[in-house]
Amino acid sequence: MLKATALHAGYGRIPILQGIDLSVGDGAFVGILGHNGMGKTTLLKTLMGFIRATAGKVELDGADVTAETPHRRNRRGMGYVPQGREIFPELSVFDNLRMGAVAHNGAAGEQVEAAIEEFPRLKPLLDRRGGALSGGEQQLLALARCLCGDPKLLLLDEPTEGIQPSIIDEIVETLSALRERRRLTVVLVEQNLDFIAALSERVLIIQKGVITREVTPAELSNPDLVGEFVGIAG
Amino acid sequence: MDLVAVLALEVLFAIASLALISAGLAVIFGMMRVVNLAHGEFLMLGGYAAIIATNSGINIWISMLIVAPLVVAAIGVIVERLLIRFLYGRMVDTMLATWGLSLFFIGLVTTIFGNTTRGISSPLGGATVGDYKIGLYKLFIIGVTVVLLAAVYLVLRRTKLGLIARGTMQNANMASALGISPDKVYAITFAIGAGLSGLAGALLAPLTGIVPTIGIAYIAKSFITVIGGGAAILTGTISASTLFGTINQLVTFQSSPVFGEVALLVAAVILLRLLPQGITGRFFRRSM
Repeated sequence: MLKATALHAGYGRIPILQGIDLSVGDGAFVGILGHNGMGKTTLLKTLMGFIRATAGKVELDGADVTAETPHRRNRRGMGYVPQGREIFPELSVFDNLRMGAVAHNGAAGEQVEAAIEEFPRLKPLLDRRGGALSGGEQQLLALARCLCGDPKLLLLDEPTEGIQPSIIDEIVETLSALRERRRLTVVLVEQNLDFIAALSERVLIIQKGVITREVTPAELSNPDLVGEFVGIAG
Repeated sequence: MDLVAVLALEVLFAIASLALISAGLAVIFGMMRVVNLAHGEFLMLGGYAAIIATNSGINIWISMLIVAPLVVAAIGVIVERLLIRFLYGRMVDTMLATWGLSLFFIGLVTTIFGNTTRGISSPLGGATVGDYKIGLYKLFIIGVTVVLLAAVYLVLRRTKLGLIARGTMQNANMASALGISPDKVYAITFAIGAGLSGLAGALLAPLTGIVPTIGIAYIAKSFITVIGGGAAILTGTISASTLFGTINQLVTFQSSPVFGEVALLVAAVILLRLLPQGITGRFFRRSM
């Protein structure tokens, strides 16, 4: 589904990614774990096309998309839920969902209806302004909005950041169910060990812009190992 | 009583013409944050397009309502593709570039058509209210302005294009992550703004006559209206036009047009001192 080869990227002259190799198979759920500042968000932004790769290659379903704009990658089936959620604050919840569907031809109305069914918590909020929702509700909305474009691949950037634990559990359940139903491939970037362990099949550790090793989700329950990998205590 | 009616009509006309000359700028500045210093020249080009089309035998209504907006929208697309799109997010650079563009258009039109006033006589003639004579064409402009603002509202609120425009205005990066091409949205928005300006310039041309430098007369007032209105494109334009138009016309009526203009400027200075974010920065904040 997704393949990155020797990917380099950065901000201006400051290099962040220093040769990322990543391969995600169809239907896989890959977690990427790392400290703040190790390049997690930069990696997702480069995969999505917001940051230009200075070297290396990004392939989606075998097609080289390294030079494509984000909107073209999205139309190829790459969905992106950014850190901080980036809800359109002045649009209603319903219009936020429509924004997710509007560029994707065909049954936009049905996609929005389907997303509302999958996220029942949004149903009573449809007329509310996006900016008036709580952090957790916004996270659900950001996910639902992304799904309105019917993506094959989902790039999730720290969905648990600043969100109350009850909604984190709900997100875990929703994501597992969605993955089954929609046959989604997911790349999740996180610092929350429980969350990443509950969902991922493989976990990659990112340090200083390179993937240093791969672990199993089970290994994340061992605090000593985790401390050694990433330097954050479980 | 007749006097009141005539005065009311003049006030309404002043409001409508302010809203008319500001609408295109409100779209371009309000939605894209582009300070278009060539806005006055878009109005001027609309006027020339209408006059030339009329003089070459096209029906005056078609010239004003269809030819002029289309011509200026087309010019807008060219300008956006060749100039503006390289400068998004760089406000000072955009101002310099559009200032240059403004001088270019003035020079170009002067070279082609000469530095003389051209005009077409205003259609529709007049009507009598008691002892006073009013121009029916002014009534028509008021009507067109109302229809135009209603149309902008409906497009923004009810159409797919309006949804895309509102979303992209709030967060262009996120819109592109959802498959929307911001480039395309900006080009279309700019063309619509230019087309609105072309229409306004054409509608006012029969009343004012037209010279290559007429844009200068428009640009200050339209910027004052848009900035005074604040962030909400429609409510802002309407409320600021109403305030400034009323003040301008009432003072004009009491003294002279020169004092009317002065009063408008003074009102704008006071307004922006009290409400630096414009009217909609304080009131009607959730409006469009």
